[in-house]
Amino acid sequence: MTMTRTLIALSFAAGVSLAALPASAEDQPTPPRQTWSFAGPFGMYDQAQLQRGFKIYREVCSNCHSMNFLSFRNLADAGGPGFSEAQAAAVAAEYKIKDVDDKGQPVERTGRPADYFPAPFPNEAAAAAANGVAPPDMSTLAKARGYTRGFPWFIFDIFTQYQELGPDYIHAILTGYEETPKGVKLPQGGHYNKYFPGHNIAMPQPLQDGQVKYDDGTPETLDQYAKDVAAFLMWASEPKLDQRHRVGFQVIVFLIVLSGLLYFTKKKIWHEAEAPREAAHGQDPAKTSL
Amino acid sequence: MSGHSTYQPNNKFLQWLETRLPIGGLIHSSFVTYPTPRNLNYWWTFGGILSFMLAVQIVTGVVLAMHYTANVDLAFKSVEMIMRDVNYGWLLRYTHASGASMFFLAVYIHMFRGIYYGSYKAPREVLWILGVIIYLLMMATGFMGYVLVWGQMSFWAATVITNLFSALPGVGETIVTWLWGGYAVGNPTLNRFFSLHYLLPFVIAGVVVLHVWALHVVGQNNPAGIEVKSAKDTVPFTPYATAKDSFAIAVFCILFAWIVFYIPNYLIHPDNYIPANPAVTPAEIVPEWYYLPFYAILRSIPDKLLGVVALFSSILILAFLPWLDTSRVRSARYRPLFKQFFWLWVIACVGLGYLGSKPPEGAYVLISRIFTAYYFGFFIIILPLLGIFEKTKPLPNSISDSVLQKA
Repeated sequence: MTMTRTLIALSFAAGVSLAALPASAEDQPTPPRQTWSFAGPFGMYDQAQLQRGFKIYREVCSNCHSMNFLSFRNLADAGGPGFSEAQAAAVAAEYKIKDVDDKGQPVERTGRPADYFPAPFPNEAAAAAANGVAPPDMSTLAKARGYTRGFPWFIFDIFTQYQELGPDYIHAILTGYEETPKGVKLPQGGHYNKYFPGHNIAMPQPLQDGQVKYDDGTPETLDQYAKDVAAFLMWASEPKLDQRHRVGFQVIVFLIVLSGLLYFTKKKIWHEAEAPREAAHGQDPAKTSL
Repeated sequence: MSGHSTYQPNNKFLQWLETRLPIGGLIHSSFVTYPTPRNLNYWWTFGGILSFMLAVQIVTGVVLAMHYTANVDLAFKSVEMIMRDVNYGWLLRYTHASGASMFFLAVYIHMFRGIYYGSYKAPREVLWILGVIIYLLMMATGFMGYVLVWGQMSFWAATVITNLFSALPGVGETIVTWLWGGYAVGNPTLNRFFSLHYLLPFVIAGVVVLHVWALHVVGQNNPAGIEVKSAKDTVPFTPYATAKDSFAIAVFCILFAWIVFYIPNYLIHPDNYIPANPAVTPAEIVPEWYYLPFYAILRSIPDKLLGVVALFSSILILAFLPWLDTSRVRSARYRPLFKQFFWLWVIACVGLGYLGSKPPEGAYVLISRIFTAYYFGFFIIILPLLGIFEKTKPLPNSISDSVLQKA
């Protein structure tokens, strides 16, 4: 018993001393948690939200950001924005794709569903020259961003399934532009953002209230835009999330039932071998049988 | 120690085969009649769980290799295409990536169990050393697999880890160039890592066979830490251990599925979703969680060469454990002092893991040094002395007696 108490005291002391350590990130606010339709074990993408997000991507983001791993046909994939194949083909047809004809001459042809979204700049150097810094590709952006949760939150996240650090961060950045505070000097081409690490972001504020027209009555506010485009980017990064959550539930239920059956099988098999031990520990083996 | 084989097949073909290659008898004596101590607790199911995880990793890995492209310009894209265009590719990749973590989680529990119950002591030294070799191979395999994704963390982890060898005086730089196959981590590095990542799991499987063979020669240790004396002390592997292991594997799979289906990116650093870029160093380079304690040990030593020496020693010292522990009593159950030092050592290991994920500054460095000192002190000072000074509790006469004792 003394040992247990010593150990508890020691681990507590270790925990306290670790918690008392200085935080290394100075005045860096954490992105506020948003509500996402795709969060949690039964979370699914909201088709209408993905469509709105796609509209923002198309009208605003895609002017500077590439999205190399997505093709037009993905718009019609199950668990996505819910375009029909004809609608995805129609979107593709609005793009001009650089190709080579059968004589080997470079041509620009109309886009097809199998084409990937064309990048706004021919290469990274051109993108960097036009923007100061090359804008990151958006195919995996929502999974490539996040923030440090710290102890003990990172342990709780296992159980609460908090996986939406990326979309929360993107939403925070899009809504985090502020006047540069007095006494802060940003380098040439820098913009002040509350949530960007170091606060100096090369991207000027991309979205304002009322900038993109919604035709389904959704409020045309910056906050709403930021949520919609973050949800769209999450889908772009993790297009099979709906399927993953659906299959996951089936697998977990199956495993729980299987474990239950195996537990009783094991109990039955061990029953006789366990009888002397149970008797010695004051249990009646006849009552522990199945 | 192997169970006496009573295997007599009724089937004519099996009888014919048995007189030419007694494989049926081998399987029967190893996995059916093999006597296991009747007092094994659930910590003993991790051997079965580990075999299961090795199989999962090999099966998913072989299928992933059918779709993966080991080329610096295509590797990252091919992984993304597996996630997007291969049927259930996301499931394969997340199972394999989370599977590595589950594999290490299981091996750590297996190792802690071995140390707690003194499973490395005579006559199980070779069994233990084979386990340490498997663990080393797992670390190499896991590291190279992580590099294959060719994200930012992959690339920089490869750079940092291979650079450790540059600390060796004189030959360091030459060795690093040789490892890279060039003057920086590049396409030759990625290709050889892919080749080795495919090869090593089969080497692991081979050493696992030796590990199980050695186990079946000396027999399993058990929570009482005393040898089997009579048939009363054991139960046959099948159905007893088979049923118990199956249940444990199923429960382990619930946790595994939880990670794969609900939080697959929890253990993947966001930076590894950015394609490798040799021109941009990430803000901080952090290894996978299962290497963090060793990373903390490396960084707690201010000298590069000594840090690398400490890193490798911290793993290799495990191989000497059977001789560093001088106590003749195996199980911590009968070693009151050892038990306390053991749990402190577990706290040091977990603490080092946490510190490995933190920047090496301020109080973090100091605490890393204290834990590192304790990590080595446990092996070099505490264990040899404990065997001499510790007053152990009386051992039960037999396993069946220990079962009847009140807890």
